[in-house]
Amino acid sequence: MEKSLNWREFIITRLIKASGYSAIIFVALIFVFLLREGLPTLGEVELKSLLSIRWYPIEDYFGILPLITGSLIVTLGAALIAVPFGIGTAVYISEIAPRWMREILKPLVELLGGLPSVVLGFLGILVLSPYIRILLDLPTGLTALTGSLLLGGIAVPTVVSVAEDALDAVPRAYREGAWALGATRWQTIWRVTLPAARSGVLTAVMLGVGRAIGETMTVMMVTGNAPVLALKLGSLFSPVRTMTATIAAEMGEVANGSTHYHVLFFIGMVLFLISLGVNIAASSVVFRAKKRAERILS
Amino acid sequence: MILFVLAVFMFVFATSCGPASSANAASDSTTAYIENKGSDTIVNLALAWAEKYQEEHPNVRISVTGGGSGTGIASLINGTVDIANASRQIKQEEIDQAKSNGVDPVEHVIARDAIAVIVNPENPVSQLTLKQISDIYSGRINNWMEVGGEDRPIVRLSRETNSGTHVYFLETVLRLNNKEDKTLFSMDTLLLPSSEGIIAEVRQNPNAIGYDGLGYVPDDLKMIAIATEAGGAYVLPSIATVNDKSYPIARDLYMYTNGEPEGLLKEYLDWILSTEAQQIVADLGFVPVN
Repeated sequence: MEKSLNWREFIITRLIKASGYSAIIFVALIFVFLLREGLPTLGEVELKSLLSIRWYPIEDYFGILPLITGSLIVTLGAALIAVPFGIGTAVYISEIAPRWMREILKPLVELLGGLPSVVLGFLGILVLSPYIRILLDLPTGLTALTGSLLLGGIAVPTVVSVAEDALDAVPRAYREGAWALGATRWQTIWRVTLPAARSGVLTAVMLGVGRAIGETMTVMMVTGNAPVLALKLGSLFSPVRTMTATIAAEMGEVANGSTHYHVLFFIGMVLFLISLGVNIAASSVVFRAKKRAERILS
Repeated sequence: MILFVLAVFMFVFATSCGPASSANAASDSTTAYIENKGSDTIVNLALAWAEKYQEEHPNVRISVTGGGSGTGIASLINGTVDIANASRQIKQEEIDQAKSNGVDPVEHVIARDAIAVIVNPENPVSQLTLKQISDIYSGRINNWMEVGGEDRPIVRLSRETNSGTHVYFLETVLRLNNKEDKTLFSMDTLLLPSSEGIIAEVRQNPNAIGYDGLGYVPDDLKMIAIATEAGGAYVLPSIATVNDKSYPIARDLYMYTNGEPEGLLKEYLDWILSTEAQQIVADLGFVPVN
């Protein structure tokens, strides 16, 4: 009896360990694959032309700068929308809303997160982009801003859901302590609850940004896909082409093993590295914050 | 997470891009095979025909592959296919090569492909020369005023670079069929992934100009009448003007066989010119030949 229990224990722990390691192994394998398919680019395309501003792959113009800036500006715009709205909604649901409303709002927000992005893309083409063109008097409504607004909408549920969980996990005693000291509700939220949930909220922001930068279908449908270098703030109001849209639009027709194919994987690699960079930066901030908090508490 | 999915997606994609196995070998000796290869422009049409024809003739197996007009003709010369699809006419050197290989390429016009240039119905411009369209798309003309319209910026819409229509438009309109010309699309040309994207944008944006296969253009958009040269006659695209060759942005689509087709091959090619098969041509946005 005891022996079989030990056996079971043994198998279960191994299984859990294996699934833990498999996450790391998969990411590593994917990166190795990206490297294998993407690195030949450096031998086939001169660095100078890779860093040029013309992307026209069927005539061998492989400048990836417009694509990188395009992705960055759309993601930045999306983050500017998703972060305040997402955290604000999370604070409202967790701290202010009465219980019955919380029980309606949270599932609703999560339902919003399940909306297929292609549906949002359709809404973007048919409703949002004409509206933006007329409202801002732009030549066309298919702009980085349209993409940012929709991506912001896509990222908000992710941010809300994770941030709300983090806020919810803050012990009630913290809030009661703050109220006992005479802090107002706002002071409690801003000075106690949010800082205490900091690492979870930051994770929420990171996941939201990750969702935005990796999103493909919506941006492909609404940003116009013109590979123009986007360096100024004004570029937000003109069409851009993102890295994800480029890969999605061109991968289907590209000859296996050609230069164009390798460059597309190279773009995938750059995307991976950017996202890795965001993750590392954010988690190091969380780590440092934790250490300080521990120091103060001890 | 999204990145992970993307990477997996790319992996699956990359592995599925390998050569398709041609393993539909029915051992039935009465089954006849037709190998059909070539132009990517025609590949969907050829597939639709093949499917329909196999439905009606279960003893015939037609395998269709793309790869480009050149690939198709090369395969015909090497004797590995029965029918080569081409969106251009066979070149003299290819004919010579074929002759020396004992192959006699025979041409069949099977459909026509025309591209309509479209604008919003509110746009007063209704006719342009090929040169003007070229200048618009290459970025030399940036305001509708310069071609007789209102004072509005021009928003250029194009299909993605992987579309056959994009390449054809680049060669025929932007470069005016001049092989030496290296003109490119203006950098701020919007590259939309689908016909629907172009149509939706032209429908609601009076600044926009777009192009699409003639068969895809809905009635509520305005087609531009095009003149080959300044002072020439402006011609609206239609099945009639494409078939009498007065509309300039149109081309014939071909199938080539080795010698005059006989037996089964002849039956198939005859069926392709039938009303039923030519209806499929129209459904896919091409122009029927009769």
